[in-house]
Amino acid sequence: MADSIALAGAPANDVATPPRTETTVYNDEIVKKFTIATMVWGIAGFAVGLLLALQMAFPALNFHEMFSFGRIRPLHTSAVIFAFGGNALFATSFFIVQRTTGARLWNDGLCTFIFWGYQAFILMAGLGYLFGVTQGKEYAEPEWYADLWLTIVWVAYLIVFLMTLARRKEPHIYVANWFFLAFIITVAVLHLCNNLAVPINLASWKSYPVWGGVQSAMIQWWYGHNAVGFFLTAGFLGIMYYFVPKRANRPIYSYRLSILHFWSLIFIYIWAGPHHLHYTALPDWAQTLGMTFSIMLWMPSWGGMINGIMTLSGAWHKLREDPVLRFMIISLAFYGMSTFEGPLMSIKSVNALSHYTDWTIGHVHSGALGWVAFISFGAVYHLVPVLWKRDGLYSNRLVDLHLWIATTGIVVYIAAMWVSGILQGWMWRSYDSLGFLQYSFVESVVAMHPMYLIRAFGGLLFVVGALIMAYNLWRTIQGKTAPTAATPNTYRTQGAAA
Amino acid sequence: MQHHGKIERNSILMLILVVITISIGGLVEVVPLFRQETTIEPVRGIRPYTPLELVGFNVYIKEGCYNCHSQQIRPLRDKVERYGHYSLAAESMYDHPFQWGSKRTGPDLARVGGKYSDEWHVVHMKTPQILVPESIMPPYPHLAERGATLRNIDDHMRALQAVGVPYSDEQIANAYRDAVAQAQNELDPDDPLYARYGDKVNTRNFDGDTTITELDALVAYLQMLGTLADLQAYEPELATTKAATDETGDAR
Repeated sequence: MADSIALAGAPANDVATPPRTETTVYNDEIVKKFTIATMVWGIAGFAVGLLLALQMAFPALNFHEMFSFGRIRPLHTSAVIFAFGGNALFATSFFIVQRTTGARLWNDGLCTFIFWGYQAFILMAGLGYLFGVTQGKEYAEPEWYADLWLTIVWVAYLIVFLMTLARRKEPHIYVANWFFLAFIITVAVLHLCNNLAVPINLASWKSYPVWGGVQSAMIQWWYGHNAVGFFLTAGFLGIMYYFVPKRANRPIYSYRLSILHFWSLIFIYIWAGPHHLHYTALPDWAQTLGMTFSIMLWMPSWGGMINGIMTLSGAWHKLREDPVLRFMIISLAFYGMSTFEGPLMSIKSVNALSHYTDWTIGHVHSGALGWVAFISFGAVYHLVPVLWKRDGLYSNRLVDLHLWIATTGIVVYIAAMWVSGILQGWMWRSYDSLGFLQYSFVESVVAMHPMYLIRAFGGLLFVVGALIMAYNLWRTIQGKTAPTAATPNTYRTQGAAA
Repeated sequence: MQHHGKIERNSILMLILVVITISIGGLVEVVPLFRQETTIEPVRGIRPYTPLELVGFNVYIKEGCYNCHSQQIRPLRDKVERYGHYSLAAESMYDHPFQWGSKRTGPDLARVGGKYSDEWHVVHMKTPQILVPESIMPPYPHLAERGATLRNIDDHMRALQAVGVPYSDEQIANAYRDAVAQAQNELDPDDPLYARYGDKVNTRNFDGDTTITELDALVAYLQMLGTLADLQAYEPELATTKAATDETGDAR
């Protein structure tokens, strides 16, 4: 195991290096900015999600055209994926690439440009949605001018990342950076191909995508599914590959497994898009390919989960002592669950029921809240004391409180969506004894109401958890320690139940 | 595995290998869709949207209708019974982008055209709960108050022409005139609008109001949805074999 670590250029050296000397070399100011942006956008995105959930239970909450469901749904998805997730990826990748190469980020000016350029992109896109400026493609709503701007920012990101790797003092590139590299370059390819568009004139925000009809559907879901695969999976696996070993103070479980699952993950993910288009007018051969590769995707996904969780071998006791590590391990458990659920839902006969229902929404949220948000929370809890040079977090007890409130919230949320999704699917296809469709559509809408209330409650818990986190981080940055700071002993008893 | 060290020591080599690895699946799945004549079976009756319908299509996108409504009827027994004939690829071939959707918070709209009256749509858009008390759809009263932007509709059609929608120069030149004409009371059968877009065009004052509003455009679009294809004449097997001989499936 020790050999494999040396090969992979693991952060083993880093563990031994005192943080004080690191700060003289590394550009941590930019990481701080991205970390703050992560929390700000995260809370905004979760709050809009809560409003949407409440609108589905109480339609009177669509009080203004700018805040009606159709306009703010993309605001929510973009804020959570690209603003919260994107800033978390920038913060962690910039932190990790410096620590694992021993080099300072290349070109401070360009890094600052990336930060402000990316925030400007978020504002451009988000404000546009409120006014109805959208391409009408899910997860690719920003119009052509915002897309062009993002392309510039993204190329700068790739250059900074590659130039920093080029300055590395380690001969090997650490595994976390493989994932970041694959994430950056693949997102660039996806973004460019899916967003090709012709503006009606250069003074107008409106454009028409080059692709139409069936081809537009295939390319959109090739993009959409790989936004999940590379933005929300490969990038966040990069986070996992640094912070889990770091926090557990153990080398990655298996170097071979990381090679195997890295290449198989990025190869197979790309094929999975057509499972969003089962039984549609997309040719059958493409649907079958999509389903086959989606099922195969289960294995490389679990490769990542196993490599993460087994890294705790011989250090399981740390789960009892360290609530931040608990966040990371629970995130891997959610990752494992949703990457099992995904292949299941990609099977055509299951999809015939699940597609267009709330089951999809539940599936997305077990991945986005359970995996993406939790691994990010774990990373941010780790980063803040390091970046602001504090001895520790203001309160570990509050981290623990956040963990349980948010976990409960997610479980409530996804359970409600399982029930409503499967119920919808059945109601739409049920026949009465005379051979007529048993339910009108609106009867299925009425049946969802209790589930929508429960889902909104789950979402509320998640938002409350994030606010507790923000407070905890704020106090940490102020340099405070909670008066009733928990002793390791209390954690031992709490952890035993976990 | 021992050779992997080479890749790990060279970021550019790794970058190139990653690009190759991720390109294969996309190329295999996407490129044939542009090459196969069976991707879109020709169906009689399919035409590009009239200028007014196109404005309505854009209102549909602007309000984010696709977040809750699909436009894709899958060939499953209950879907076909609930919504009508399953969707054909040709029916969305001029949609840039496609509006198949991914969620049915509300019902599928692929064949909503002609199912309800214009008056029903107008009231429903302003306050859905008047007609469907249990509905959770947001109200869209502002559509009835806002004039439809028709002045630059030829720019829209020119952009669509550039991405492959077969608008003729004549259609583009008369875009504004046709948009206004379609939203007036029913036109003469010999109106040039019919010559340009075929006889399956609804021409009437959709919202009953004198100005041409976004609501007019949206209702014109909704009333057209799913009505263009000549489904009586459509036979799947025939369509495929015909594709080789008859290149022009649209009967415009």
